[in-house]
Amino acid sequence: MCMKTEFKHLQAAHCENGVTTNLLRSVGVNKLTEPLAFGIGSGLFFIYIPLLKINKGPAIAFRTMPGLIFKRTCKSLNVPVVRKKFSNKEAASKFLDDCLQAGQPVGCQVGVYYLTYFPKEYRFHFNAHNLIVYGSQGDDYLISDPVMENVTTLTKYELERVRFAKGALAPRGQIYYPASHVNVTDDQLRKAIKTGIKRNVRDMISIPGPIAGVKGISYTGKKIKKWKDKLGSKTAGLYLAQLVRMQEEIGTGGGGFRYIYGAFLQEAYAYHPIDELPEISKLFTQSGDMWRSAAVQAAGIYKGRIGSQADYDMMGDYLLEIAEIERKAFLALRNIKWNS
Amino acid sequence: MKKEEIPQDDGALNKLTKEVVYAVDKDGNYTTELSTGWNVKSKALDVAWDDIAQRIENARQKVINNQASPILYFIELRLMDIGIVAAYTGFWKWTIKRHLNPSVFKKLTEKKLQRYADAFNVSVEELKTMNVHED
Repeated sequence: MCMKTEFKHLQAAHCENGVTTNLLRSVGVNKLTEPLAFGIGSGLFFIYIPLLKINKGPAIAFRTMPGLIFKRTCKSLNVPVVRKKFSNKEAASKFLDDCLQAGQPVGCQVGVYYLTYFPKEYRFHFNAHNLIVYGSQGDDYLISDPVMENVTTLTKYELERVRFAKGALAPRGQIYYPASHVNVTDDQLRKAIKTGIKRNVRDMISIPGPIAGVKGISYTGKKIKKWKDKLGSKTAGLYLAQLVRMQEEIGTGGGGFRYIYGAFLQEAYAYHPIDELPEISKLFTQSGDMWRSAAVQAAGIYKGRIGSQADYDMMGDYLLEIAEIERKAFLALRNIKWNS
Repeated sequence: MKKEEIPQDDGALNKLTKEVVYAVDKDGNYTTELSTGWNVKSKALDVAWDDIAQRIENARQKVINNQASPILYFIELRLMDIGIVAAYTGFWKWTIKRHLNPSVFKKLTEKKLQRYADAFNVSVEELKTMNVHED
């Protein structure tokens, strides 16, 4: 059996951005770019959940919950979405084949532990990776993994295994795609950008409690200063390494999502010619740079090159400073006078 | 980050692909560029894997000293925790904790052992002996 859908692979910095952008482009939203998808989906976030452990380290996220970027972007652009989960592998596999038969490329949530084409070093039990299946050839499925330069393939067995990975955020065969071709106007994009920014302001500034948004960043900074005493040098080093790994999730390239948000605000300027937007974009570049410096500092500690209390203090101070920059940036976004 | 500052170090991912990175050009406009990796990031991964290697070795020692059943070894080897093992095998978490006891493990039926072996992607023989042959 050989099926191929109309689909163009474009590499992205982040998997969900990439899947969102590429799927929406395939139904006619030609002007959508990765930064626009990220911004419209209000992707920038920060949260540190002290009681939750991931791989025996701290649970820290630099972006919004998996699945939300696609969901919000489609909703903002009035694109109807089909999303299905399965309890039964045969049904999941049949549904996929039917979609491909009908010429429909689909997004799949998968676990990376058994994702055979990933290098072993990256294969943890992380279940919120996203890829697109855009066709099949014999026993192979044609895969567009947006973080990769080129397309690849998975056998039926391999694809089924990652679609039914178990553990936290188990994908349960989840498939999603935009349900119909759409015609998205500039005006709709303009509105969606505004909504996306406002929602991101809310997420970063107004969530109650100390652990989320810009408050979460300063909270984490303060905690880090205590890690050496509380956890001992070895575990504290492991924690910092985990912080950097979360920040540098595959392909978010140094400073992670902050640069993508900076790029988004520049692109937003084309739709909303408001002088503040490119100015605020610079703040996100600055924040991204600070996150990078913080990562270098963290690396000094987990490599064992430095490790005194003063070094941990400096690490914590980086985060306090970042929190201030991002607070300033989001307050400036909140104060924007929108013309349309 | 300026475009010229994008790190081009060697990293594990580089075996598979270069990554897209966003950075600003000399006029301050955002653009994308491919990167081969960043040593700060690959070192963070190394640190995680060194720790895993040590946990696997500790678990192996415990099994050899008869303080734990081979299930502990395979939990570490497969980067799992009891919750993930429960999800793959269908056993309750407290059942798995019981099976971590070597004397309880020795009495497990072939059928139950097979469920663990499947979850860990090994044969029952390998499960019992911790002798795994893979690439």
